[in-house]
Amino acid sequence: MTAQARPGDPQITPELVRQHGLTPDEFSRIRTLLGRDPTWVELGIFSALWSEHCAYKHSRPILKTFPTDGPQVIQGPGENAGVLRLGDGWAVAFKMESHNHPSAVEPYQGAATGVGGILRDIFTMGARPVAVLDSLRFGPLDSDRQRYLMKGVVRGIGDYGNCVGVPTVGGDVAFEPAYEGNPLVNAMAVGLLREEELIRARAAGPGNPIIAVGARTGRDGIHGASFASEELSEQSEARRPQVQVGDPFTEKLLIEASLELIRSGHIVAIQDMGAAGLTSSSAEMAARGGVGVEIDAQLMPTREADMTPYEVLLSESQERMLVVAKQGREREVDAICRTWELTSAVIGRVTDDGMYRVRWGPAVVAEIPGRALVEGAPVYRPEARESPDAAARRGRPVPSPRPDLDLNAALERLLDLPTIASKRWVYEQYDTSVQTNTVMGPGGDAAVLRVRDTSLGLALTSGGSGRFVWLDPYEGGKAVVAEAARNIAVTGARPLGITDCLNFGNPERPEVFYQFREACRGIADACRALGTPVTGGNVSFYNESPTGAVLPSPTIGMVGVLRDIACRVPARFQAAGDAVICFGTTRGALGGSQYLSLETGEVFGAPPPVDLAAERSLVDCLAECAEARLLASAHDVSEGGLAVALVECAALAPETFGCDVDLGGGDGAVTPAAVLFGEDHGRAVVSARRADVEALLARARRHGVPARVVGTVGGPAGAVRIAAGGARVALPSARLRQIYESAIPRRLDGAGGTQLARGG
Amino acid sequence: MKIAVVRFPGSNCDADALAAAAASGADAYYVWHRSTDLAGADFVVLPGGFSYGDYLRPGAIARFSPVMRAVASHAAAGRPVLGICNGFQILCEAQLLPGALVRNGGLSFVCRPVRVRVETDATPFTARYRVGQQLTMPVAHGDGRYVADDATLDRLEREEQVVFRYVGGNPNGAMRDIAGITNEGRNVVGLMPHPERASEALLGSSDGAAMFALAAAAAVA
Repeated sequence: MTAQARPGDPQITPELVRQHGLTPDEFSRIRTLLGRDPTWVELGIFSALWSEHCAYKHSRPILKTFPTDGPQVIQGPGENAGVLRLGDGWAVAFKMESHNHPSAVEPYQGAATGVGGILRDIFTMGARPVAVLDSLRFGPLDSDRQRYLMKGVVRGIGDYGNCVGVPTVGGDVAFEPAYEGNPLVNAMAVGLLREEELIRARAAGPGNPIIAVGARTGRDGIHGASFASEELSEQSEARRPQVQVGDPFTEKLLIEASLELIRSGHIVAIQDMGAAGLTSSSAEMAARGGVGVEIDAQLMPTREADMTPYEVLLSESQERMLVVAKQGREREVDAICRTWELTSAVIGRVTDDGMYRVRWGPAVVAEIPGRALVEGAPVYRPEARESPDAAARRGRPVPSPRPDLDLNAALERLLDLPTIASKRWVYEQYDTSVQTNTVMGPGGDAAVLRVRDTSLGLALTSGGSGRFVWLDPYEGGKAVVAEAARNIAVTGARPLGITDCLNFGNPERPEVFYQFREACRGIADACRALGTPVTGGNVSFYNESPTGAVLPSPTIGMVGVLRDIACRVPARFQAAGDAVICFGTTRGALGGSQYLSLETGEVFGAPPPVDLAAERSLVDCLAECAEARLLASAHDVSEGGLAVALVECAALAPETFGCDVDLGGGDGAVTPAAVLFGEDHGRAVVSARRADVEALLARARRHGVPARVVGTVGGPAGAVRIAAGGARVALPSARLRQIYESAIPRRLDGAGGTQLARGG
Repeated sequence: MKIAVVRFPGSNCDADALAAAAASGADAYYVWHRSTDLAGADFVVLPGGFSYGDYLRPGAIARFSPVMRAVASHAAAGRPVLGICNGFQILCEAQLLPGALVRNGGLSFVCRPVRVRVETDATPFTARYRVGQQLTMPVAHGDGRYVADDATLDRLEREEQVVFRYVGGNPNGAMRDIAGITNEGRNVVGLMPHPERASEALLGSSDGAAMFALAAAAAVA
């Protein structure tokens, strides 16, 4: 039997093919593959599985260059999530995914369902979700639209994560004009599992039943995967009905039911019905297992009347799982689902003919060779060419800061930048402490969770600056990984591996594909140097709106491990009188820095190069010093440079310490402003008890890490005093804290305003 | 010592409460909301979370769960019941405690450590705290603003039924800074902060651990 069109199906025309996001070449490939014209249902299936979002048509050859191996890797890319070994029989499953386009048109549900989807990728590996992190990018907060987007996204993440009872422990938020038309919402989820509890989403065993579990299927989110694979336009608002609606209450029940199903031994495989819904979940599980499937879409529980097979197959209704059970265990599976007040329905069987077959009652509505459907999408190797504008931006000389510059005012203005300022307004809306594992929550460099009943600590971070990537994609790609590794290492943890969300514009444009290729080359080199393999993630292209493309924004989610959580290191100063020490070399790099754009209103110049060997030494040195209990505190130096890092260490400590520091420099070549605000990589500000300073410096020497005692932690409620080459900043800690804490609430709610001196 | 932790669909602090209860040395176990039997519990914990997704109103559906009849009889017999966060909301909805918990004054969910002052030691859960002692515990809720009419509030104050009061900042606009209350029988206590999340120094505070241990001791006595 071959697939038949149903009465009333639209005629397959070139226009219909185009509406499905398929090119004429792709369509003829489909015809060759089938040996006939596809039915409408089949066209819909191909449209989803061959979308950029599902098929990685433009990115696959590049992604293959990522390092994915290591002794710690249990599961690399290709599954629902990557899995790394932690020790003591424990493993961590983690993955990050974008939900940019849905969030652009419906911020609350777009962000909420982003969290829901990524959580399902974790618990389908047999891992209990223990943390969520979110990296968010918006335009400047001076427009109602951006405030609306940010409030909606944060509330959406909070309402979902809080309800399912998974703490949101970290992430980052940055603001640039380039994100105005197309915000980025990247959600990362992390789960813990015993190594032996790992389950993979591979269908197996002809005759085994395929069971749909969870929410009923509606008409929401149809063609969401295709929507994610096109540029945003004025018409995108009309896509709002394609944004799915989340129900975290059902998700919570799904988590418990899924973990119980996995432990019960009644099932073979389980997967989320995520992007492209039933279609992709069933086809991917079959392809991974090298088997066929036959589904009767009419058996799918629906919540709307008169749904067509086309709609059932392509719906992206949330909180649904697809389970392959062992034959004869249908009743047991149903019983577990009922316990958790969820419905389940047998909708098909695993077959041995390798075909992806969909029935609607007695009729066959789709019949496609399974492997070709999942793996047969064309691979494109687009032209890559840097735009002359980009080269010119990078080549533009960075002007020397004016000698009459008011450094105090400059520091205050930097602390008032929403990208640098406190994100407390965001993370206090998230439940950060549920599950009682959060030992170090948001607000520092990386979060640290305990692994119950062990001495292990799990360090988590996500973020990455698009600015440096925009100016120099290769160095910028290295930089996002290096910064993630430093964020992990300053807590005392050793970096283990990464997941990534690669947010770029339209890859069919040579300058965008150049950014993508070069950024990925940088990420790959950095991951090799730092010993942090890539375990998965996603690619989000077409992040463009009528106002242009977003900054090329690879977001890196990194996990690390502390062998002994008692050795964790906080970011803030701990005691007055402790020595303040700078690790790394300060050259005063201002290209692409926050300071430079504050002064000029533009982003330009060559960003600081990343010395990967030096980064590796710094990371190893920090972890070793932490293990030897030599560090009282440690904090990464990034946006805003040493001055901002020192303020964060001192003024944001619960006691609001002061500090007295002389950074030196100002030897003619490097101006005081460049010493204070330059954004060279490979640096950290640490503090140590006086008695530990010699041992600390000795270890730094052994690792070849430049280290210098620059000053002392001052008393509570003191002043931050930083000298650099004869100039100095000196401001009361309480004032700095007030500026830093009020920058975002002031813009969003008009609350807690601090008058800043202008000029300087 | 047997401590029952009731699980509603959507409870999400059940495991945390169970761990804190077990750490106090008790035999702690779950009771599913459909159960009508508390399995001989000495005291009952209604944990935090989003029972029934907080749909309709926090606690409004959970109060009709079959287990709540057993919880009511347990309370009527003068035995200890502790409601934390959503558990507090459920106890108010079930009218085992007076007043109500409504949307936070700031209209947003709020999660942060807060300080509360112990206002009475005459409950099983605060018996060995000192009156006036300050405890640090996290809050994590969107609907934690305690409200009641003036007569009720005055009575709560007069009868020393206010158990905890926020100090150094009220996170939700609760009337008279009320963070936790008890019933007339003084055996049912509800509070918005999470003592189970403040039960180990590793988590930043162990101020809440005694609440489980003290309850255990009181129930035995």
